[in-house]
Amino acid sequence: MSQFVGDVVAWFADPVNWTGSNGVPNRVWEHVQMSVLAMVIATAIAVPIAVYLAHRRMGETFVVGIVNLARAIPSFGVIAVALPITIRMGLGLGFWPTLLALLFLAIPPLFSNTHAGISGVDQATVEAAEGMGMTNRQVMTGVEIPLAMPIMLVGARVAAVQVVATATLGALVAWGGLGRYIIDGFATQDLVEVFAGGLLVAVLAVATELLFSLAERLVRRRYHSEQLTRSTV
Amino acid sequence: MSKSPMITLNDVSKRFVGSVDDAVTNLSLTVDDGEIVTLVGPSGCGKTTTLRMINRLIEPSSGTITVAGSDVGTVPVHELRRTIGYVIQQVGLFPHRTVRQNIATVPSLLGWDTDHIGSRIDELVDLVAIDRSILGRYPLELSGGQRQRVGVARALAADPPVLLMDEPFGAVDPVVRGHLQGELLDLQSRLHKAIVFVTHDIDEAILVGDRIAILNTGGILEQFGTPGELLARPANQFVADFLGSDRAIKRLSLLPIDVSLLEPSLPGTAADQCMAAIDVGATLKEALDAIVSGNGRDVAVCAEDVCVGTVTIDMIHRRLTE
Repeated sequence: MSQFVGDVVAWFADPVNWTGSNGVPNRVWEHVQMSVLAMVIATAIAVPIAVYLAHRRMGETFVVGIVNLARAIPSFGVIAVALPITIRMGLGLGFWPTLLALLFLAIPPLFSNTHAGISGVDQATVEAAEGMGMTNRQVMTGVEIPLAMPIMLVGARVAAVQVVATATLGALVAWGGLGRYIIDGFATQDLVEVFAGGLLVAVLAVATELLFSLAERLVRRRYHSEQLTRSTV
Repeated sequence: MSKSPMITLNDVSKRFVGSVDDAVTNLSLTVDDGEIVTLVGPSGCGKTTTLRMINRLIEPSSGTITVAGSDVGTVPVHELRRTIGYVIQQVGLFPHRTVRQNIATVPSLLGWDTDHIGSRIDELVDLVAIDRSILGRYPLELSGGQRQRVGVARALAADPPVLLMDEPFGAVDPVVRGHLQGELLDLQSRLHKAIVFVTHDIDEAILVGDRIAILNTGGILEQFGTPGELLARPANQFVADFLGSDRAIKRLSLLPIDVSLLEPSLPGTAADQCMAAIDVGATLKEALDAIVSGNGRDVAVCAEDVCVGTVTIDMIHRRLTE
């Protein structure tokens, strides 16, 4: 056991593993780029539609459906489904099937939390905004989205952690990222490399979790807790 | 000078989709400049629906509504609403915006510059008597009464000629409600807005209303007139029941002491005559209260310390039967 730990430490200490396209910095950078890109695209697709539907008091059944769907699909299955689609579309291996799979995963939590957050905004507040003469767009951007932001960020956190963890599977379809260490390690029966890759993914996922938790706390403090801390005095 | 009403409802009806009954039925009302009209009635009488049709949160099924001479249906809806102050029971302050930002809502929508908004907020702080120190706070940090004042300041921010108030004091305790009612009347004596005030509380309707519209289920107008008219001559049994069994007492609370009708009194002070005394500015209700809690017949009326006459129980009775 101590032999194995020593090997892992040696792996991380080896300068070879920190340089070139298969070095840790490049693999982490690929992993982060792919995750951020997937989150940005998923947000751009899911949030506007969810905000609009919730603002119009529409789409509750759609939300339930999409949440159940998301729970039913295993990450591995998503990649397996994405691969033939991108190949048929002539987009090939690697980047596109990975991105497509991550979008499938990220959109449901973003969509359902945004919808729930907007739907949960106090109707009296929305009515006051309309009664003051705000346009629909102003009500959405100026009142509903800021007030729903803490719940929307919960959805973003769930989505981002899932995306970071699942981007690992991109290595199965010949994309890079931290999954390379795991897949290549299994192929060459190099369990130290497998473990090092797993450790890096775990650290990145936890870092993502912490980053979004921090953002949630900042937003909650901005909008809510100042009142709470003062009102308890 | 003949003036046209600031708000006119002409034969307005509303039937909600999926309902077979009208929520508001052929309602015609006017509200003049500087006048508070209270809409009062039981639950389901369409008073809130009527209010919301004025700023088009609800569109009428038929009839026309004009504000300041123009049909509300011909103005783009958000532009219309920016010219109409709106206060609701839950206040509806934006919890993510400071008091200052809340008050600045409509001026910001109208594109006022920062200096203009700043000076307007200074005026409003004095007008509604809120403490300057709360401007940087968030609504949930405020008391119910403060929130309500901020809500009124926000509604008045762009100096609209018309103010719609939907049970504005419904969520505060009776003591604070009394203060807020007094402040509203004080504010109105300086601002002269056309105000529509919805309440389910007949006492509040009588206190704040220059005229009262009593609505029945289905938005049927049972009677529209001054509090004195309604109390003296209720149009029907529904109105009489709604006004309550203490109609005569309520009327007395609206009638001031008329010095020219007082019985003469002996010179000197009330103390000299060992009589209960009330101030000359009191209402007949207060006079009656002083009589029944005193000797049961009469009470001295004093200006400063000097008696100017005597109110008797007979005189009060005569005033009610005039």
